[in-house]
Amino acid sequence: MKLHELSLKEQLNGLIEGSFSSTELTEHYLNRISNLDKDLNSYITVTADLALQQAALSDERYKSSKALPLDGIPIAHKDIFCTEDVLTTCGSKMLSNFKAPYSSTVVNKLSSEGVVILGKTNMDEFAMGSSNETSFFGPVKNPWNKEYVPGGSSGGSAACVSAQLASAATATDTGGSIRQPAALCGLTGIKPTYGRVSRYGMIAFASSLDQGGVLARSAEDSAILLESMSGHDPKDSTSLKEEVPSFLDSIDSSINGIKIGLPKEFFERDLPEYVESSTKEAIETYKNLGAEIHEISLPNVDLSLPVYYIIAPAECSANLSRYDGVRYGYRCEDPKDIEDLYMRTREEGFGSEVKRRVLIGTYALSAGYYDAYYLKAQKCRRLVANDFSKAFESVDVILSPTTPGTSFKSGEKSNDPIEMYLQDIFTIPANLAGLPGISFPCGNHDGLPLGVQLVGNSLQEAKLLQAAHQFQKVTDWHNKFPEV
Amino acid sequence: MTIYNESWEAVIGLEIHVQLATNSKLFSGASTNFGALPNTQACNIDLALPGVLPVLNEEVLKMAVKLGKALNANINSPTSFARKNYFYPDLPKGYQISQMDKPIVEGGFLDIELEDGTSKRIGVTRAHLEEDAGKSLHEDFEGQSGIDLNRSGTPLIEIVSEPDISSPKEAIAYLKSIHSIIRYLEISDGNMAEGSMRCDANVSVRKLGSKELGTRTETKNVNSFRFVEKAIQYEIERQISEIESGNTITQETRLYDSQANTTRPMRTKEYANDYRYFPEPDLLPVVLEDSFIKEIHEDMPEMPTEKKLRFIKEYGLSEYDSSLLASDKDLANFFETVADESKSAKLSANWIMGELSAELNKENLNILNSKVSAKQLGLLIKRIEDSTISGKIAKDVFEKMWSTGNEIDAIIEKEGLQQVTDLSEIETMVSKVINENPGQLQQYLSGKDRLFGFFVGQVMKESQGKANPSQVNEILKKKLKE
Repeated sequence: MKLHELSLKEQLNGLIEGSFSSTELTEHYLNRISNLDKDLNSYITVTADLALQQAALSDERYKSSKALPLDGIPIAHKDIFCTEDVLTTCGSKMLSNFKAPYSSTVVNKLSSEGVVILGKTNMDEFAMGSSNETSFFGPVKNPWNKEYVPGGSSGGSAACVSAQLASAATATDTGGSIRQPAALCGLTGIKPTYGRVSRYGMIAFASSLDQGGVLARSAEDSAILLESMSGHDPKDSTSLKEEVPSFLDSIDSSINGIKIGLPKEFFERDLPEYVESSTKEAIETYKNLGAEIHEISLPNVDLSLPVYYIIAPAECSANLSRYDGVRYGYRCEDPKDIEDLYMRTREEGFGSEVKRRVLIGTYALSAGYYDAYYLKAQKCRRLVANDFSKAFESVDVILSPTTPGTSFKSGEKSNDPIEMYLQDIFTIPANLAGLPGISFPCGNHDGLPLGVQLVGNSLQEAKLLQAAHQFQKVTDWHNKFPEV
Repeated sequence: MTIYNESWEAVIGLEIHVQLATNSKLFSGASTNFGALPNTQACNIDLALPGVLPVLNEEVLKMAVKLGKALNANINSPTSFARKNYFYPDLPKGYQISQMDKPIVEGGFLDIELEDGTSKRIGVTRAHLEEDAGKSLHEDFEGQSGIDLNRSGTPLIEIVSEPDISSPKEAIAYLKSIHSIIRYLEISDGNMAEGSMRCDANVSVRKLGSKELGTRTETKNVNSFRFVEKAIQYEIERQISEIESGNTITQETRLYDSQANTTRPMRTKEYANDYRYFPEPDLLPVVLEDSFIKEIHEDMPEMPTEKKLRFIKEYGLSEYDSSLLASDKDLANFFETVADESKSAKLSANWIMGELSAELNKENLNILNSKVSAKQLGLLIKRIEDSTISGKIAKDVFEKMWSTGNEIDAIIEKEGLQQVTDLSEIETMVSKVINENPGQLQQYLSGKDRLFGFFVGQVMKESQGKANPSQVNEILKKKLKE
């Protein structure tokens, strides 16, 4: 078996046993990246020198029996995580020259566990998009079929793990940006409970919704990586103080008797036949694993999309104000005064999807509209969250399709924002309620993968990973990879 | 109530920004020291780098609770933060973290003393926490501007009054009272020149007796007590004359120009119309436990009003003296040390507000930098009281103490200034003076009583001012009769 075909867990075992070194593994990935990524465009920056340095240090630690928990595993970071002395662009022209002077907590935590950083992955500009077509650094292609999109906004992370150009990757999810690309690229992706992973150094899109997580080949690999990323961070006031359990400890336990809820509002939607049948098949698999299936109701869940498209743009309109050309990042040529500096820097530095959302958000917060839009959206958000609280009184996890279909062709939805926004119809509710969600592969249609989603109650990542892992023990979808 | 042109009255509300004296900033660990080289006290958070997040400095909560209690106000719990959005080069995030719906302090009041001796209650609407912006530097950059972010993120508390103030004098009394409170609480140095206390004035005028409020203007950039008074006075007169000449008042923000003593409208570019406030998602609402508030409240020092009342009761001082001494914490402490040392409160108050203030003013020093310590001044007064020196000599001694820094007893000793209280010595001098001035003696004896003063003067001169004047009087009277 080739090194890239091994899972993260298998690679870790190989390194521990001395079957291969981290330098060999890292060089192997770097070669694959230089051979295959020109076409896929999943990386914005490849940090080859840094990776080889880290790999060499890791090999030394193995030799002196001082290995760290994730020592020598080559991963990629979404280019939204600030990485000291490395270009951190957030997929935008605005930060196309920005070398971060500090590292995010996620990057620091994983580095202190011994990972090797292969590079920074492509993404929709400022994480706004569902197809990875809004990146200033060009679109990312879906490794399963290069005419198709990998999903977004963590499209680069998804494509690079799917094409086996990294063992796993970090990602972020504001409305589905981990789970939707996981589904479209045939990966396992988990967005933990809001506050589980520190947002410090993770460039903000919508602060109350953004959450860091993982894109990996399996629930097991996700569990390993997520555990190292999670935990309280005094630098993030919204970070949770709760202890992080060992996600691997319970992963092998049976899920016999688990109660799975199916929200009727999701299944009443007009979905393609292949989505329905794959989802039904997944439900059957769970029944065979001993799950109890219950129909539940989330009466206000239909409010999610409109609510999200008020709150996320409102927060982003303020979060993106700092990109003004004054201190760092892109600055327009020869500004004639401060007004001109602001206007042209932002006009030239931001792409059209970002501008659209900044404008929507600015409008929604304006005097005279605030009550009708922002305030009302916050109240509706509470209703959606309450629906979930009520549902979790009777079920353990909630199952639905991750997306309304398999991937779509590049350019197919890029001129129709509403059609694009509907991609996230099943994933957004978990962000509004701050709940953990996981997507994993459950089928394939016309050569493109399809995902199923589980949403859990607050802090129930272990249960989601366990349920996904048990599914993956009896299915083979997660072991299928595209030929690139 | 001050009446202008007999038929107008002014309605004034103040917004006072107080810089809180914390070691580090409101949401970052950077230092808040004043006067460092530009941009040496701005960390990643103050620079608003991508990805950074604010973390609340809890010291600030304690300071705000103290202020709230001193202003007889409610402390909101939970209290929450909001973003105030506007673009300006010295505002790195493009928004200021402030408070909107749940300010930490709400609904208080302050009783101020007016010149006629009466007091007036001024409502305090709220006091909220917010971060300061940096500074734009427009000189020495050859047509460009520089930005200094050292001040960016420094904690401020903005105290908003009700429009209960009716004259520039009342405004100053209120402002001074707030100044005194923040200094007492040691939450700020209140230095207006350095900008650690800043004041914006909302001013409108209306016909006397009218219930409706006129259109108001907000005057900014007033950085001394005197300028606040002048700016408000100017604005009242401007508004009255505008209305009387048939114009209307525009609701606007104006800048005070202290050189010309006028206000002018700010260009609209200098402020935003719509700040698009919304709850700060990076900070959770802060819950202040009752026990936390109680502990702070119990730990608060004596406040100016309490101190004033105690001075009247304990030291027997007049209302005026007590009020003046209690207005400044350092002054009050100085006074108490002097009074305890001298055992004469009245004389202590007189000396502090007389000779000492005069010297301080001359050299533009504050009480903490007095060249004569409270203890030494107390001893000086004690030496007057125990008749070691006369009151007149005491003034010379004080000047010597001020200029040389020497101690009182050393000066008396060295200069031989000890008062002559030996009766026989005084008698000798009196006899000598009478003998040397037979002409004046004749006139005195023939009824010119005024000449008594002449003899006293001569004896004092003879003693080089060291004779005890009352003893001189007594002995002279006796001898002249002989």
